[in-house]
Amino acid sequence: MANTLISGPHTLASATVSRTMLWVMLALTPATLWGLYLFGWPAINLFLITVVAALLFEAGCLRLAGKRVKAGLFDGSALLTAWLLAMSLPPWAPWWIGVLGSFLAIVVGKQVFGGLGHNLFNPAMVARVALLVSFPLQMTLWTQPAALFSAQAPGFIDGLAISFGGAALANEAMHGALDAFSGATLLGDVKTGFSLGSTLSDLLPEGIDHGSMVIGYGSGSLGETSALLILAGGVLLVALGVISWTIPVSLLATVALLALLFNGINPERYPGVGYHLFSGAMMLAAFFIATDMVTSPNTVVGRLVFGAGCGLLIYLIRTWGGYPEGVAFAVLLMNALTPLIDHWIRPRIFGRDRAFRPLQVTSDVVSKEPSAKGEHA
Amino acid sequence: MKLFSFRGGIHPSARKERTQDLAIISLPMPARLYVPLQQHIGEPAVARVVAGDPVVRGQILGGSVGRISAPVHAPADGTVVEIIEFASPHPAALPVTTAVIEVSAIQSPWVAPLEDPFSLSGAELAHQIQQAGIVGMGGATFPSAVKLQLARQHRVHTLIINGGECEPYLTCDDRLMRERAEQMLLGVELMLRCLGAEQAIIVVEDNKVEALTNLRALCSDPHYSEPERIKTVSVPSRYPQGSQKQMIQSVTGKEVPAGAHATDLGVVMHNVATAYAVYEALVVGKPLVSRIVTVGGGAVPRPANLEVPLGTLVAELLRYCGLEDDNYERLLVGGPMMGQWLPHAQLPIIKGSSGIIALSEAETQMDLPSPCIRCARCVSVCPAGLLPLEMAKRIRKEDFSAAQALGLSDCIACGSCAYVCPSKIPLVQYFHYGKGELQARKQQEKKLDRTADLASSKALRVEAIERQKAEAAALRKAQMAAKKAAEAAAQELLLSQSKPEITPVSSEERGD
Amino acid sequence: MFAAIITLAFLGLGLGYLLGVAAIHLKVEEPALVKEIEAMLPGTNCGQCGLPGCPIGAKELAAGNAPVTLCPPGGKALAEALAIKLGVELDLSTVADDNRLVAQVIQTQCIGCTRCIKLCPTDAIVGAPKQLHNVVIDACTGCNKCIDICPTMGIKMCRPKPTLANWQWPKPETEQELVG
Repeated sequence: MANTLISGPHTLASATVSRTMLWVMLALTPATLWGLYLFGWPAINLFLITVVAALLFEAGCLRLAGKRVKAGLFDGSALLTAWLLAMSLPPWAPWWIGVLGSFLAIVVGKQVFGGLGHNLFNPAMVARVALLVSFPLQMTLWTQPAALFSAQAPGFIDGLAISFGGAALANEAMHGALDAFSGATLLGDVKTGFSLGSTLSDLLPEGIDHGSMVIGYGSGSLGETSALLILAGGVLLVALGVISWTIPVSLLATVALLALLFNGINPERYPGVGYHLFSGAMMLAAFFIATDMVTSPNTVVGRLVFGAGCGLLIYLIRTWGGYPEGVAFAVLLMNALTPLIDHWIRPRIFGRDRAFRPLQVTSDVVSKEPSAKGEHA
Repeated sequence: MKLFSFRGGIHPSARKERTQDLAIISLPMPARLYVPLQQHIGEPAVARVVAGDPVVRGQILGGSVGRISAPVHAPADGTVVEIIEFASPHPAALPVTTAVIEVSAIQSPWVAPLEDPFSLSGAELAHQIQQAGIVGMGGATFPSAVKLQLARQHRVHTLIINGGECEPYLTCDDRLMRERAEQMLLGVELMLRCLGAEQAIIVVEDNKVEALTNLRALCSDPHYSEPERIKTVSVPSRYPQGSQKQMIQSVTGKEVPAGAHATDLGVVMHNVATAYAVYEALVVGKPLVSRIVTVGGGAVPRPANLEVPLGTLVAELLRYCGLEDDNYERLLVGGPMMGQWLPHAQLPIIKGSSGIIALSEAETQMDLPSPCIRCARCVSVCPAGLLPLEMAKRIRKEDFSAAQALGLSDCIACGSCAYVCPSKIPLVQYFHYGKGELQARKQQEKKLDRTADLASSKALRVEAIERQKAEAAALRKAQMAAKKAAEAAAQELLLSQSKPEITPVSSEERGD
Repeated sequence: MFAAIITLAFLGLGLGYLLGVAAIHLKVEEPALVKEIEAMLPGTNCGQCGLPGCPIGAKELAAGNAPVTLCPPGGKALAEALAIKLGVELDLSTVADDNRLVAQVIQTQCIGCTRCIKLCPTDAIVGAPKQLHNVVIDACTGCNKCIDICPTMGIKMCRPKPTLANWQWPKPETEQELVG
């Protein structure tokens, strides 16, 4: 008897975890396809390797933990984590970067904490940061886009060589090509330039190419190319109610505000709003990374604080930090603050004040409208 | 009139379209009725009839005892076959003392009371409402007279009539407001008189267009009410609009403080069906022996709004609506949000049964729960401003004090959190369990105090008895000793007086 | 080098002395604690903890020799209160299900000898000589004393039947760590 006993509610909303994940992936698809098209076979290889490795690691961990493997795999969380990780890696990175990244994300970033829902830090960003500090060379080797099937793009075989051959093979077969394609990201360029004492107009004499950033044909990771497609996906998710508007809005607003302020102070040293919003992984961070439910706060106000904190840290790292892009570090730092934010910012309980004391019955309520009529005749 | 809003809430699909246009029909009187003597919150009624007694309808079967209780009346003429422990409409189908009535073929008519109810005083009205066994018909089943008396003491100024009916599937209140609005308004008038309140506000969700039009027309009709005394307002359809605290906030903009009552804000709330029951009891002379029940759900071939004598078995309702042989996936009493799961259909309809919902397989989600992804949808929909995910986490670890510190006792169990949960975690059941454990602890502590008192008084008593015994023994001993001593002394004296020549030596010799 | 050694040595000595002084002057009065704990215990001296009565139990608890979960009649509520009082960590999920058993007189066995009545520490058994005895469930702590003394084995322990008043929802059955 006892185990068939079910409490209400007996009607439930149709939303499920897997459906939520599916929507997020759907929203990521246009930007991903565009990125894969731009960077060709090596990028496709890396993407597939990362995803497959993540699923294998997830299945292994679930099995070791004695949990339902099939249900765990099909909730889509591991797939999404790997997807986001792949979107933040250099597109032509070798295969082991993808596998190691998946291991760091799934095993170290998530399963060690107890699996889905228990991790403190965004798994994809844990992996990205760990890779970045461990393999700075491979993780900053950006390539110029060479669209699939275009003349200068590596073919399928060359792609395999780049992904699996490692440096040796790539040196032989693709040495020239790699050299030709390698180039820093816009953020990297600007950062290096500033450190050498150049001004913005020296670095970018033609001004900032917003079109390149928005539509996405500059170098960078898959998720850094087309701000427009990422934004479109993000807006779709907000419109569908899959993610809340709070984090993207507060994050982007904070960055925009800071950019506006400092650009106003010194336009030669501090690039403008458009540069910050549409460059790098800003859109990806605002709509897909910082909004990870597990590692962001519970309440609207908490999320606003969280988003603003991410925005502030991204701007600080980009402008004065050692790295050209600060998304991953900013998100991880704010993830660490999430429990604190959740502890301090809570909704007010009905009928109580913020200190958990019952509300006072205001005496005027009763006396204001005297029922002197008594027995109504 | 200015209206307000409440926090959170959800918009479950209403699913009222199958029954909302079906007029109320009376269920034919069944052959047997199983009338439980506890159909309300508070002390169970005590049987006033024994097996074999003939009863006429309206006769008291069980009398109320204690301050919070309500009597139970015979819904039909007939004979009390037996008084047994019979399963009640409860998730565990716990047995409750139940009068089984064999219904006779001919039913006597209801006789209207002699006095005009509008000539009675407030206290008299409350007494009559108590005598009629009227309880909150929205499902809470709190004795209405107790609520009215409390409100009278607090001199409330506003009576809110709850026509929200925000639960999916249910349409019984909607139909009542469409078909029997005049009678219901008389009931509201009587309640207003009883309370001595200034105004009544009937609150209806805006998805009940016809009921709203109907009530608005009647309220502005001077034939029924003084102008502005009874108002009808429409509120947005949002679950849990019909919850007392949320509805009061919608109307007054004020929150009932934790631990306080609505009456502290000068308002009191009753359900539309309760108002109608007041009318029937005081004007028609019919105590609360029947109610309107929506029979719905995807498994029911011919859903209906039925007027049902209390004590009718759920199975009879289902059969009447074309559902035979337990051909459903899940059976509920009340709405699907806060209603209770029923293990089978051989259970009686009671005063709080607003709906019988038989869900089909397609309507029942049997997804296994998956891990919480902290999406915090439960936080944003919680009308009480709680953190359901955090409370459930604590309760799962049996840390009930921590859950209480997060506001477990402020949870109204509306189920909004569990409704939106993408991981399908049974949050409400966690909260039920947590509240139950807290309650059990409190009882245990009380019992411990009581038994400690008992033990110490027994110990004292035993000690006292022992002491008395000891004292008595000592006294006896002392008396004996004194007596002996006195005797000895007397003897000695006697000896020394009468035989002064005898020496102690000789006496010693004699003693040998 | 020497300066450092000497400094550290004196620092250690000084602080150690302070600690010693504090231990004497700020000492929590043990008897007070024992009294307080004794007040929290049921006081029925039922002996289910294996100790000869509540005062001894309180002494042992205060000394840290007995676990806070020692008292079956007190159940989880008492264990929790004691854990707070004594400042010890308590994982309630490890505490076995509350031992909420109560005595019940087997009607066919009772000969009305009143021995159990005389023995019951909480006066939970009522009856008269040569009459059937009965247990007042609300007063019974489940101490088992009556069972041992009954000459006809006419008392058994049982779980009180659930009623509408005391029924409670069971914990949801979950396969794995779901929440948090």
